[in-house]
Amino acid sequence: MTSPGHVVVAMSGGVDSSVAAALLVQQGFQVTGMMLRLWNEPGSEAENRCCTPDAMQMARRVAGKLGIPFYTIDAQEIFKQTVVDTFVNEYARTVTPNPCLVCNRHIRWGFLFQRALAIGANFMATGHYARVQQVGQGSWQLLRAIDHQKDQSYVLHVLQQDQLAQSIFPLGEYTKSQVRQLAHQFNLPVAERSESQDLCFLGNDDYRNFLTRHSENIQNPGPILDRSGKKIGEHQGLAFYTIGQRKGIRLASPIPLYVLDKDSTRNTLIVGPLEELGKDELIASEVNWISGKCPEHPFEANIKIRYKAQEVTGSITPLSDQKVHIKFRSKLRDITPGQAAVFYTDQVCLGGGIIQPD
Amino acid sequence: MNSSKIYLDYAATTPVDPRVLDQMLPYFNHIFGNSSSIHSYGQQAEAALENAREQVAHGMNCLPGEVIFTSCGSESDNLALRGAALAARKLRGANTILISPVEHHAVSHTARQLADLFGFTCISLPVNQLGAVEPEKIIPYLTSDVAIVSIIYANNEIGTINPIAEIGALCREHGIIFHTDAVQAAAYLSIDTDQLKVDLLSIGAHKFYGPKGIGALYVRKGISIIPNQTGGGQEFGLRSGTHNIPYIVGLAEALNIAQAERVARVEHLLPLRNYLVGRILEEIPDSQLTGHPQQRLPNHASFVFRGVNGNTLLMLLDMAGFACSSGSACKTGSPEPSDVLLALGLERDWAMGSLRITLGTGTTPAEIDHFLNQLPQIIAEARKMER
Repeated sequence: MTSPGHVVVAMSGGVDSSVAAALLVQQGFQVTGMMLRLWNEPGSEAENRCCTPDAMQMARRVAGKLGIPFYTIDAQEIFKQTVVDTFVNEYARTVTPNPCLVCNRHIRWGFLFQRALAIGANFMATGHYARVQQVGQGSWQLLRAIDHQKDQSYVLHVLQQDQLAQSIFPLGEYTKSQVRQLAHQFNLPVAERSESQDLCFLGNDDYRNFLTRHSENIQNPGPILDRSGKKIGEHQGLAFYTIGQRKGIRLASPIPLYVLDKDSTRNTLIVGPLEELGKDELIASEVNWISGKCPEHPFEANIKIRYKAQEVTGSITPLSDQKVHIKFRSKLRDITPGQAAVFYTDQVCLGGGIIQPD
Repeated sequence: MNSSKIYLDYAATTPVDPRVLDQMLPYFNHIFGNSSSIHSYGQQAEAALENAREQVAHGMNCLPGEVIFTSCGSESDNLALRGAALAARKLRGANTILISPVEHHAVSHTARQLADLFGFTCISLPVNQLGAVEPEKIIPYLTSDVAIVSIIYANNEIGTINPIAEIGALCREHGIIFHTDAVQAAAYLSIDTDQLKVDLLSIGAHKFYGPKGIGALYVRKGISIIPNQTGGGQEFGLRSGTHNIPYIVGLAEALNIAQAERVARVEHLLPLRNYLVGRILEEIPDSQLTGHPQQRLPNHASFVFRGVNGNTLLMLLDMAGFACSSGSACKTGSPEPSDVLLALGLERDWAMGSLRITLGTGTTPAEIDHFLNQLPQIIAEARKMER
């Protein structure tokens, strides 16, 4: 039997990437495991969620069990520079970034992808829940995972044609519970970890503490105003608040107040009652069109404005190659600058962009 | 194991010589007694133990009573340092430990613990840029407060051999206890403890075609050490624990063979090693030998390559079928230049890209040629990955 090729699997020691590796071995690929050593704050090595010594040990055991070579790749410097520093800077300019997108674009499908190709691999695989489908000669689509609960196409919308052509997502056709079963069948020594949505480099820390340690101008108190412009309190720094947030604003008010908006030019936090929360339109820029082509005309699509948000229908109007205007049928309460708006037609992820502040 | 793979990491460990294994096997099940027992089973085991001790004593040119069996080279280093430091403090109130900056962690981390937890002062002696201790430079440090001096015989990372006999003579002149870690050296250099003028000397069997999990410490008669491990009082009360007879037999046999075949091994390896060093320095730009060009272990070659990441290099080499090692690589993927490389005064840009190639008795010229034909390309690829 001829091998379908050489694939580098990004391993984390968790059940998903371990089963992904096992499936590829079963399918006859020549498989090499790699694990990125990512940055963490000095002294908190054991708390990093994805590349602790424990996780590394686990990945090594899985690789040993599968009989595949396994290497750790040092990505601390580039991760710090591209992901962590961007995270801090984005908060400093009062938007709420999603560092996983930056990581996927620059670290996994940048730094690691290049290394995989450099060692002669034909493909890179990850344990993401998503699917890739070839549609005609040299054209590829990113599809949602079969398991819609676990679907991770949102964080993969940054991928481009050449990357998709060489990416494999072995778990896209399985549900999470099937993957757990497979881990059992393959007899893989993987520990079930809590599926936290926290960022890997924060460890168990709160992001606000992290920001305070890493940026001098994050703590920047200013006024809290209502929509009429009346001052009703003082905020600690816009970075510490998220659109739609209710708890922790520390205002004495007879009715619950929500963060409506952040005005960075005047360092002002705007709050108001639930009815005033939300918008029915947004502008997204840095748009990636997975097909490589920006649509010429406005079109309807299903849109996710956060990783775990309900999808809603909206009308997308391209303003330029990398910028779109999106109009929704009704107001959405959680449109958050810095997060991605990702577009779908049925099962196909078309791409997405970063929501801009007003 | 893939037969097309080539192992060039004999300083990490060696395979057990089949002759050694043959000697060991009967002691697992046929002659299995506890050497401390009174009965005939025990006596047979004890006979094997004492025979092995005599063999090792012969190899070290010392008395059998000066040989202590331990579980490995690291344990020997621990016992020597902690044991002698604590004894010297008890006997004469000495509180200073002198080590070189190119010690194995078994020595340097033990010394650090003695400083951190037991109040000793640990002083790092100067080395030159070849990683060698210059005897006359250490004289000012040899004061009455020194409990022990520990200097590695031949360094594992850079292969440099230290002038142990000269340092030993100086220490003896000043009445100071002197230990050397001879774990790497024992495979290829004389460990004649009389000539080396050492008080304590550590070896581990797996570096010279013996099994892993067994080592020995030479403790010169009259030198006081306090045991690290107490119990049934085996090994003259210095290292309690039931004797590991098959491994002790294996260590003795391996040491015997290493010494009997030393000249032949060196004659085989030295020209190969020199050929390897010559071609690498000639054919690979921005390459530099680390350690001493001549005063180094005969099977040992070590380099730094500018603009290379040691981890990446080892990965690429492994994928090409070559098993080597690096002083900056680390299995958890957080490569940092080792203390040893930094002690040589190398810049980070160089020190990150270290490579150690260590040959063994089975290494052939064809293997070295095969390796040399591929290395320049692999280094170029590794450099490309660092952009």
